[in-house]
Formats: sequence, C-alpha cells, structure tokens
Amino acid sequence: QETLREEKQESEGKSDVPQAPPVAVFKLTADFREDTHPQKVNLGVGAYRTDDCQPWVLPVVKKVERLIVEDESLNHEYLPILGLPEFRSAASKVALGDDSPAIKENRVGGVQALGGTGALRIGAEFLRRWYNSVNNTATPVYVSAPTWENHNGVFADAGFKDIRPYHYWDAAKRGLDLAGFLDDLEKAPEHSIFVLHACAHNPTGTDPTQEEWKQIAEVMKRRKLYVFFDSAYQGFASGSLEKDAWAIRFFVSEGFELFIAQSFSKNFGLYNERVGNLTVVSKDNENLTRVLSQMEKIVRTTWSNPPSQGARIVSKTLNSPELFEEWKGNVKTMADRVLLMRDQLKAKLQALGTPGTWDHITQQIGMFSFTGLTPKQVEYMIKEKHVYLMASGRINMCGLTSKNIDYVAQSIHEAVTKVQ
Amino acid sequence: MSRPGSSPDEKGVSQNGDPGGHRPVFTNTLNAAVSPETRLLSAFARDTQARKVDLAGREYYSEEGRPFELRLVGKIKQQLSTDPTLHPEYPSSLGLREFTRKATEVALGKHSRAIVENRVLGVQTPGFTAAVRLGAELLRCWYDPSACWCGPVYLSSPCDDSLTGIFQAAGIQEIPSAHYPTGADLSQSQWAVITRLITRRRLFPFLLLPTQALCCGDMERDAWPVQHCASLGMELLCAQSFSHCFGLYGEAVGHLLCVLKQNSVLLPVRSQADKIVRSLWARPSVGGAHVVTTVLSNSAHLVEWQGEVKHIVERCMLIRAILREKMRLLGTPGRWDHLTQQGGLFCCTGLNGEQVEFLSNRRRVYLLPGGCLNVSAINCRNLDYIAESIHLALTSSL
Repeated sequence: QETLREEKQESEGKSDVPQAPPVAVFKLTADFREDTHPQKVNLGVGAYRTDDCQPWVLPVVKKVERLIVEDESLNHEYLPILGLPEFRSAASKVALGDDSPAIKENRVGGVQALGGTGALRIGAEFLRRWYNSVNNTATPVYVSAPTWENHNGVFADAGFKDIRPYHYWDAAKRGLDLAGFLDDLEKAPEHSIFVLHACAHNPTGTDPTQEEWKQIAEVMKRRKLYVFFDSAYQGFASGSLEKDAWAIRFFVSEGFELFIAQSFSKNFGLYNERVGNLTVVSKDNENLTRVLSQMEKIVRTTWSNPPSQGARIVSKTLNSPELFEEWKGNVKTMADRVLLMRDQLKAKLQALGTPGTWDHITQQIGMFSFTGLTPKQVEYMIKEKHVYLMASGRINMCGLTSKNIDYVAQSIHEAVTKVQ
Repeated sequence: MSRPGSSPDEKGVSQNGDPGGHRPVFTNTLNAAVSPETRLLSAFARDTQARKVDLAGREYYSEEGRPFELRLVGKIKQQLSTDPTLHPEYPSSLGLREFTRKATEVALGKHSRAIVENRVLGVQTPGFTAAVRLGAELLRCWYDPSACWCGPVYLSSPCDDSLTGIFQAAGIQEIPSAHYPTGADLSQSQWAVITRLITRRRLFPFLLLPTQALCCGDMERDAWPVQHCASLGMELLCAQSFSHCFGLYGEAVGHLLCVLKQNSVLLPVRSQADKIVRSLWARPSVGGAHVVTTVLSNSAHLVEWQGEVKHIVERCMLIRAILREKMRLLGTPGRWDHLTQQGGLFCCTGLNGEQVEFLSNRRRVYLLPGGCLNVSAINCRNLDYIAESIHLALTSSL
C-alpha cells in the first residue's frame, strides 16, 4: 500500500497541498473589480486616493526620484545587510524626534526592512530567538482585538505558539475599551509581548488619549511587558509627525526598551518600493550592538540585502531640510483630505437623520473608520448599493471623494434604516 | 566584545525618576559571530595599505574598479521615472505578472511544455536569498504536508556560506553537504547522468541560478540544466537572480520558479506561496523588476542588453586567460587550466586556507574564504600584483 501511494505521488507530484484561505480584503477588491455598476465605490483596501480616486505620487517623491536617476555618483553595489545607513538613522530620528535623548545616548539603531511587514517579521524573529530566555516560543504575544489581520500571521510564522487578543474595541460605545485593555495588561503573564499601534489604529481608527497611554505604560512597566510598536501612519493620522509619534516618544522617555516597526508606504506613497525600518531602542550602546549583530544574522537568511530605491528616496527627503519641509506639506495634504471626508460624511449622515450617533467618524483618526455597521448591513451595502467595505464595518476614508460621498452617505442611511 | 552585558543596577521598578533601573531586556543576547564575508569586508576597509586588493566582492566590477550600471539600464530607469502610467500601488504579493512571466520564460524557454501545460508558478522575490528562502519554506510546508518534513537538504560543497542558514531559518534541520566539482559547471552529459539518478531515487532538485547569462553570455545556455530537468517532466524549484546580469544589485530582483507535475496543484501551491510571502515581506519592491521586464519584453532592448552582457562575459574570460598566462610565465607551480575551464564571475583558485591567509595578511589581497575570487575585480592596474601574490603564496615556505 505504501508503494502504491508512493507511485501515485510520483506520477501526480504534490497532490495533497491544501489551499490556503483567501485574504478577505483582496477578495473584496477582486469582487469590486468585477462589478460593473456605474456607481460602485471601493472602501476596502488601505491605500491613499486623491479626490479623483487615483493613487498619488507625492510631488516631493517625484522630485527626489529625478534627482536619484540623474545622480552619476550613485553607488550601484548591494546595500549592506542592515540597509542604507543614512536611511536607518533618519527613519529612527523621525520616529523618536530630533532631540531624542535615546539617540544622543547612542542606544538607538535601525534595521532597514521590506516595508512594515518586513520590519515586524525581523523583530518577531529576533524576539522569538532572544527574548525571555533563548528560543522561547511560548512567550505570549498579545495583539489588539481587532487588529491588522497580518499581525497574527507574522508572529505565528516567526515561531510564536501563543498569540492572544487583548481587549481594545468597545462595539457598544464605539470607542476604546480601556478598562478591558488595562485588565488584560494586569493579567498577562510577565514578559508577554504586546503589539501596540502607535497611532491611527487599524482597523478601528481609535487611539488612546495621552492620559490613557500613560495608564497603559504604567501597567506595562510594572508587569515587565515588552513593547512592540507598529507605526505605519506617522504624519498621516493628524497631519503632524510629532503628534502622531507622541505615544512612542512617551514610552521611550519612560525608559522602555522597545521595537518600532515603521512603514513609509503610506506617508511617502511608496507602496510598491517596500520601505520599512525596525527601530531598536536599547538600554545602552553595548546592548544595541549585540542586538543588531543578531538582527543582521536574521536578515541574512531572509532577504540578505534590502532594495535601495525606496530607502534612497526617503533618506534624501528626510535628510534635506528643504525636502523635509516639502514632504511634511505633502503628508498634511493627504491627512487634511481624510479629515475633510470625515467631517463631510458625518455632516451628511446627520443631515439625512440617519439613526444612531456618528461622532465616532470624526473622533477616529487615520485612514480607517469602524462605522459600526453590522455584517447584514455591510452585505446590503455591497450587494444592493455596490459600496464595498469590510465585513467588520471598516471603511477606508480615502475611498471617499466629493463625487461619491453623497451616494455613500445615502447608502449608509438606507442600510441602517432598512436592515437590522 | 562578546560577553553579554550586565546591568550594574538590578533594582526593580523605577525610583527617583530613574527610568527602568531593571536589567536590560536582551542581556542574554550573544554577540553574533561575524560572518566570514563581513570579517573580510571590515578587514579590507581597515587596511591602510595602498596596494590592497579586494577580490571577495559579489558584484561585477568594471575595469575602473566599480560596480556599474549597464548603459541600457540607466536609460530605462530614466524612461520609467517619467512614465505617467506607473502608479504607486501595492503590487500583488507574488509580484508583477509581466515580470514573473518573463523570468519564467528565460529559465524554461518560451515554449516549454511545463508553461504550455500551465503547471508553472513564478514568484517575484526581493532578491536571490529571498527566493531561496521562499523555496525552502515551500518545501518544508508542502513537500509532505502530513509529516512536517524537515530535511535532508543537500548543498554543494563548497557553496555560499549563507545557504545553510537560509534552510535552517526555514525550519529544515538536516543539511548535509554533498560533493560537487569545485567551481566548475557540469557538462550536458554529466547533467544527464545526474537527472537520471535524481529521478530514479526520487530526489527533489532545487536549482540555483544567481548569475544567469554571465557564464556563457547567453541566458538560454546558462539555464540549460533547468530546461533539461523540466523537459524530463521533473518537478523542481529554481531560484533566480537578475542582479548580476542587469547590474541591479541594489534593487533586489529575484524570482522563484516552481515547476509542478500537474496543473491541479498550481492553485494550492500558489496560495501557500502567497501565505508565506505575506508574513515575510508581504510584497516585493517593483523598481528593478520594471527594468528587467522592460528589457526582456522588447527585442531592440534585448539586443542592446545582450551586447552589454557579452562584453562583461568576454572581459571575464579575457582576465582568466591573461591570469593563467601570467601564472605560466611566472612558473607558478601547479596546473592553472581550471582558470579558463571554469566560467562566470567567480573562480576557485584551489588555494588552501593557509595560502588564502597569506594573501590577505602579507599581500593585502583578499579572497573569499574557500579560495574563490571575483574575476572582474582584476584589472590592468592590479593584475601583476595579484599574479605575483598568488605565486608567492604557493612558493614561499609557510
């Protein structure tokens, strides 16, 4: 029987490969593409769109790309394994601030990575190998409920066996479940790892206030929990780099050693160049050196040398005062458009007399909003109105434009009044 | 410094405004052993001798001694930077479709039966290492889904020192090394013997193609082993890199080719590859892939590109021939035919560890640890010195 099975496999090759489950947000986009309805709207995928619903190449990025292409002195070698040095330092600086004491004390380092995902993965791989003893795959990793769906996959594939949710979204009050969050922090085993969204929480758009962050930090310090920030929207959330980095800088000022997975996909519009950085804040330079040496080993067996194009663009921009100012302006443009859409959507829903409160639309921040629509209402939106959003009720504010906002508001109104 | 750090204060929670005050979190993290390549690079960088020569680099160096951009590539990058149809969108996790199609064609040949029968999966990856890593992860996950397979994976000896690490990172534990003619490539008849053995013993071939076109100056010829295996109906993985043949080192343009036995497994395998990619790097970067696709899709570009590649290959061949001649003139002991019998960017000199050390310590000529050197780094300014140095390494009593 063994031989028969072997022979069958031999002729058919890999026949028992299971199909992996599809990713919800990509299926949504695929369905949207196939839809022929003239008024269809895609409020699914997480990328910025202009008021004409087009992707936007930031003017500063266009300018810098030209500079790079025309630069004859450019080095065409492989980048070092840890990445472009001037990119790494500039990226960490933008997160921690120009006058960061941690940077001055030489205990901050960076690892260039393939986007925010790459940064998370390298950080996760390192923690699995070296955190809380050696190769301790049992250390609990906590991710918010809900969170970006890929957080689970990244930590699981890095080897962690125990990934748990922490209370975050309170559906009833449509806001942060601070009590539940703090309770989970108190009850988590010491040394557990917590993945925190630095700002513009994905998918809820709900961030803790400064006071709430202080409470969170207090418990985390006391319970010796490890802080792993996911920072994909700095500047994009409020329009201010400093404001969006407040939580990160606060934790650093409280003496935490921590990781920050940074993505420049959204705030630079460089989705396709995969520009990320894992910022490491250590106790001192000696610790930092050892940590980076192990990070290098991990990178060497993952992608070895990161791609240079995106890192060069970001580095040139951040390291030039003029270009930096121009970039901040571009970022504010994007953030302002999102804020405008939030204001308008709320105003329109209130004007239509849509039942319920809609304050959360303007209280939430960043690209996403958790509307509070039920799965049935979401289904109605998609099937009857051809407005595509996630089953969770999450919408991408960037999908709204001056041309479709009336239709979307009307659709939400219908969904809420007709469907329970 | 390789001792783990120790924190002087092991007080508990912060007091008197002193943040933390507890032990550093990563106090037990060991200092990673410096990789031989890094050690070489830093030794070379620190070396203050004017005559130092680095023959351990991985890129192709021009006669002027720098990695350079193919003229055509520079032109295309200019064009692409002003192309209004290129939008900054997230690429698919498996990469640009046009790129994977072209990359698959250059490995298998446009009319490969496997392509026609739609049982080939191509995945764009951020570079060669990433392609190998993805292949390793795929093998571990689906080679035998019931048994959580973890090896053995046989690697050639010698091989790039990172290969073992890549397979280990993917969870494969059994990695013995097999004998492989050092540096030399197998002839077609030798491949025929090997493929017969592989088929008979039900082994799985994972082919590495990091410097396609730089061996014979011809994409197709260099990919012959892959095409041969595919034509025999074998399942295989092939990791490709476009760094060398396009001079796109900084752009991380890699590709993993999966040739399957049946079309029915294509979708499941693709979905598994997608799942693995999404938690490793999510999606690849597009810049370099756009350049490669543009060249490979346009016959005029292809001709121009082949011309530039031919120049690179011919220069390498010339350097090998000249070096061999120099060794002969110097009366250096041993046979040096292997210099011209081998092809491509790298050359295995056959020097042993002591001799390699002599070269770096006494002559400031840096080779890769196994005695291999990068042929393109030899130029008219350092040729004599290098030849002399090798001669001394072999004739001085060590």
